[in-house]
Amino acid sequence: MADITITTRKNGLQKFFSQLGNRWAIIFLFLEIILFSIISPGFFSVKGAQVILINSPFILFLSLAETFVIISGGIDLSVGFVMGFSSVVSAKLIVAFVGLGMNDLLSIIVGIVITLCIGIIPGLVNGILVARLKVPPFIATFSMIGITHGISELLIKGSYIRNLPPIAGRIGNGSLINIVPGKTVSFFISPTIQRGDQLIEILPTVFVIPFIFILFFAFILKSTKFGQHTYAIGGNVDAAIRAGINVKTHLIKIYMLSSFFSTVAGIMYVFRYVTGKADAGAMFLLDGIIAVVIGGASLYGGIGSVWKTLIGCFIILVMENGLRMLGVPTFYKLIVIGIILIFAVLIDQLSPELIHREE
Amino acid sequence: MDTNKNSILSLSQSLLSILARNWALLFVLVLILIFSFTGINFFSYKNFQNIFHLSTIYLLLASSETFVIITGGIDLSVGFVMGLSSVLSATIMRELHAANFTPALSISIGSIVGLIVCIIPGLINGVLITKYRVPPFISTLGMGGIASGITLVMCEGFPVTFLPPYLTGIGNGYLIYILPGKAISFFNRPEGIAVEELRNLIRIIPNSLMFNFIIIFILWHILKNTKFGQHTYAIGGSMDAAVRAGINTNKHLIIIYTLSSFLAGLAGVFNVFQTGIGNFTPFTAMYELIAIAAVIIGGASLMGGKGRIFGSIIGVILLRIIENGLHLSGVDPFFRFIAVGLILIVAVVIDQLFPDLL
Amino acid sequence: MEYLIEVKNLTKRFGGLVAVDNVSMGVKEGEVVGLLGDNGAGKSTLIKMISGVYKPDGGKIFFEGKEVKIDSPIKALSIAIETLYQDLALAENLNVYSNIFLGREKLRKVLKFINVLDNNYMHDESKKVLKRLEIEVPSLRNRISTLSGGQRQAVAISRSIYWNAKLLIMDEPTAALGVTEQKKVLGLIRLLRSQGIGIIVISHQLYDVFSVSDRLVILRRGEKVAERNVKETNPDEVVSLIVGAEKVAQRSD
Ligand SMILES: Nc1ncnc2c1ncn2[C@@H]1O[C@H](COP(=O)(O)OP(=O)(O)OP(=O)(O)O)[C@@H](O)[C@H]1O
Ligand SMILES: [Mg+2]
Repeated sequence: MADITITTRKNGLQKFFSQLGNRWAIIFLFLEIILFSIISPGFFSVKGAQVILINSPFILFLSLAETFVIISGGIDLSVGFVMGFSSVVSAKLIVAFVGLGMNDLLSIIVGIVITLCIGIIPGLVNGILVARLKVPPFIATFSMIGITHGISELLIKGSYIRNLPPIAGRIGNGSLINIVPGKTVSFFISPTIQRGDQLIEILPTVFVIPFIFILFFAFILKSTKFGQHTYAIGGNVDAAIRAGINVKTHLIKIYMLSSFFSTVAGIMYVFRYVTGKADAGAMFLLDGIIAVVIGGASLYGGIGSVWKTLIGCFIILVMENGLRMLGVPTFYKLIVIGIILIFAVLIDQLSPELIHREE
Repeated sequence: MDTNKNSILSLSQSLLSILARNWALLFVLVLILIFSFTGINFFSYKNFQNIFHLSTIYLLLASSETFVIITGGIDLSVGFVMGLSSVLSATIMRELHAANFTPALSISIGSIVGLIVCIIPGLINGVLITKYRVPPFISTLGMGGIASGITLVMCEGFPVTFLPPYLTGIGNGYLIYILPGKAISFFNRPEGIAVEELRNLIRIIPNSLMFNFIIIFILWHILKNTKFGQHTYAIGGSMDAAVRAGINTNKHLIIIYTLSSFLAGLAGVFNVFQTGIGNFTPFTAMYELIAIAAVIIGGASLMGGKGRIFGSIIGVILLRIIENGLHLSGVDPFFRFIAVGLILIVAVVIDQLFPDLL
Repeated sequence: MEYLIEVKNLTKRFGGLVAVDNVSMGVKEGEVVGLLGDNGAGKSTLIKMISGVYKPDGGKIFFEGKEVKIDSPIKALSIAIETLYQDLALAENLNVYSNIFLGREKLRKVLKFINVLDNNYMHDESKKVLKRLEIEVPSLRNRISTLSGGQRQAVAISRSIYWNAKLLIMDEPTAALGVTEQKKVLGLIRLLRSQGIGIIVISHQLYDVFSVSDRLVILRRGEKVAERNVKETNPDEVVSLIVGAEKVAQRSD
């Protein structure tokens, strides 16, 4: 049985390309940061970094959702509106509980828990449609846009939700560590400050929370059976079925997970902006998908990782904030992101795969 | 005996599949019936004219999407290309008008430039998708972003106004005007009618309907009766088979995406005529997704190889009738979103349950 | 000798079409049975019922003398029936050892309660089985998409072997291979037979089937039309059975 080998010799240029192809996103991110640091005063500063992180939670959660779905070979168009839906639901619930005389913090906690339970329902429906009824993911999740959007608009009657307890805003605008020198130190929740007090904030809460999720789910995807099966299903569904993987159940879980992340994004929105809005996620409709693809995943499934997605997100976030600080109209951002998106895929197409050699 | 049973079985099966194939049309008829009772002034010639008139851009976008989807691709850029052509042609019209060109000249030049420029995104999409193997989803999504950005830079986020006169006269005009007992005229209102008589003026066949009809007829013919149409289906059915059969698939797909972009451009220019301003496409408009939904409701499959222009038109009309009927029945507009979502799911599930036996 | 696996009156319909019609057959330990038939004869459908991909519409399956209901691929795998499919069914985006362990990943615990993939174990075990079968690939950490057709075939075979198959089903194992690689696969089949594994081989390559099989089962339009010991038949007779005797008769005049 010997000598079934293939020649893996490659010339230097190819090698260079395959190395680049695997790392271009991170290289690009660094170049981007360097570029903006040079041309945009104030970009490379604690404040500048802080702004990027504060704006990050929505795209981070939505792209985390898409990472799992896209690796499994699907797509979820509904994440933005599930986010809006859950922002409305959680805000309404919290306001209602407070109205019932419940304490603020308890209202928030109970509201969040119930919202999480409700928020995964769209994913459950998506999963059943995709896995059991064989509806293409594109259509199933697009239908879910209409349904979640409609329901959330009906819930708030075209307006937005007021009267959330102020503590919500203090969580959403707080930091991991908040220090008022000489007075208080608080964690996660921003302290009440007097005029003239100096406030030192280390890592915004709205970044710390998604980052914890990212750490955890990067581990799930990379190192557990669940993750491995996600890759297998995206790579070859038939192989996965025949290897005994319960593909239907797995896909339902994936779409529920996607809605779960979108729901958390919606809850983050409530903390950050102290309101719930039906179209809270409309602006992020496709941002999650774009970040995942820029990070190097394949829409055909089977390829991608949470870390790559994270890099994709920051390529977009850095671009957005860099341009904003330069005073460039936001419209240009669309053009730049469109170009990056296409180039991301082009580079992947042009660079051959890295081949290992044993020992 | 047995064969008899079998033939009855197969007859009922093929009946079922004909029903399944045309369920959208049936559904439209059922909706019309229901809304005729619930909707105030729903069942009227005027309202139906209106539905068609306001569906123009969706009809064009859905037709263009039909070609793309039959090849197994998708075009997410059409909504934004439409915005680009609308803003671009309106801007040119405005500038020429301001520079004292005649309205006819300003309008023609603006329209033509808008149309020509709008084939560029499609051309680039086609090349990226065929020569560089960029998935259509990505290529057209990126191109949509780029088109949208350029549009917004051009109009700075505001509609383009101060356009030459006569635009809406053409876009919202009718083929025939009748003032009962007094006058009849074509394309323009009868001369010198009094304001109070305006109410009695009967308008027949909007120009937009004529326009739609001509374009749709041409596209239907191309898809149904020409070699080009046949190859479109072949590519969607099996790319490999098409290549082996000697079809120049790359060239074909480039033409398809260019055509798609061109039709989107046409929709944009027509939109200028209808509204009298240049409209950019907001990032949350989802025109392309609605067009795709219409095509799927019309019986196409995202896997490619399946779809009909007629089906897509029915898909658009179905969505528009739901919107219009619910509105005239006094239903909260937000139920509309939910209804569209549910119907789309039903469409695809029906498609799955009754695979074509024909 | 007892049959390792025996199917009795197995039937499968797709709508009006009877793809497999009342077929009975058996395989003993250490025996290679060639399953022959024209395109669409029902070979793949028959073995898919044995490997749990399709549910039979009628008939029974006995494994090691006991009746079994094989209602899912997992069930088949759990009683040591391994299948090598026509289209291989490897996840091309995963590496070699992940494919060998696909669906049966080896886990280890970290912090006593979190299950994680034991990549090193899977790598080393896979290496052993490849070595046992004398198969070489550049590295087990390479994705399947970087391997040649023959290497993929070898990986698919070693996946079946690793799990101590008692019955190995191979649907066209040599179809996509070059001549030398075909020879290797045939050698591998003989090696496995000598280790006591029962094997069903589907192939259109009569020469291959004759060279490795002990017994032949011939299907035509879903029905079993004949069963022959290899030593008591010849390719001409088998061809006439495959295409139907009438046709051969017509051709000869
Ligand atoms: N999933 C299915 N649905 C409907 N018909 C099927 C299905 N699978 C197989 N068939 C039909 O059943 C019959 C037997 O098919 P099968 O794949 O078992 O043939 P085969 O003997 O393996 O042929 P080949 O040598 O070409 O692989 C064929 O007519 C085929 O079209
Ligand atoms: Mg077969």
